[in-house]
Amino acid sequence: MHKLKPITPLGGNTPRQDVIGTITITEVADQALASVAARRGQANVVRQKLSDQIGLSLPDVGNAADAAPFSAFWTGPDQWMITAPHESHELLASELKKTLGDSASVVEQTDGWCRFDVAGAGLCDLFERLSNAPVRTMASGTAIRTTAEHLGVFLWRLAEERIAVIAPRSSAGSLHHGLLAAAKSIA
Amino acid sequence: MIIDHPLLGPRDAQEFTYLGDASLINRPDWQSENALSEFHDYLYLRDNPAGEHRELWYHEQGDRSWLVVTRNTTTHEILNVELAHDVAKAAAAERSAQ
Repeated sequence: MHKLKPITPLGGNTPRQDVIGTITITEVADQALASVAARRGQANVVRQKLSDQIGLSLPDVGNAADAAPFSAFWTGPDQWMITAPHESHELLASELKKTLGDSASVVEQTDGWCRFDVAGAGLCDLFERLSNAPVRTMASGTAIRTTAEHLGVFLWRLAEERIAVIAPRSSAGSLHHGLLAAAKSIA
Repeated sequence: MIIDHPLLGPRDAQEFTYLGDASLINRPDWQSENALSEFHDYLYLRDNPAGEHRELWYHEQGDRSWLVVTRNTTTHEILNVELAHDVAKAAAAERSAQ
């Protein structure tokens, strides 16, 4: 057991990067994830606690927020996904649970998801082929849950020319194939 | 079809799954004296209107909220969309006011 070593969602030792035309697709494996769902009637308590203790103001419907080293995006009514670097916050869920106590249910999500950051000009052309999300009208700092390559994914617009795709880890290979195929079709 | 989600705006119907008649929200009390017949009615008796129909939709590939959608079954026109959460709360408030 002592010889186990971590692998990325695509199965490699190091995160994979593909450059196709103007598009760069980077596997992101260095982020810890935890979901936070406010318990009934406790949403304001959750907001207050996270704002007081880690300076993060939880985003409203469809938005994302940053408070380095933490980021958060809205996933549903009174529910959010929080991310932070894995290196420094491997136990993100326990940290958040300590902060939030009984006001929220916190679930470790790190190994449930894979993430690809897709960057470059022509980003919207690519995602138009992959999903029905209105990517052209999505501003930086917004996130949407939709389908891509038959998978339920989050699209998180980090910047004008950078979108993070967060999808079920066990389907990383299929999503990666879909991203590559869409990138090649517009290259 | 496009469903105009109360929180997220217009979303493609392929992101949703359909459950059925919105009356499914009003689950009978299992401890009531007539529980057996109430559950029979709850489970088996449905109206099947040609026209306006209130039904439950689940935004599975989205924010995972349950919606009450009023849809015309003959034209597929969507007339109203509410969060099931709000509908259930309003119904409970109405019941306690009686």
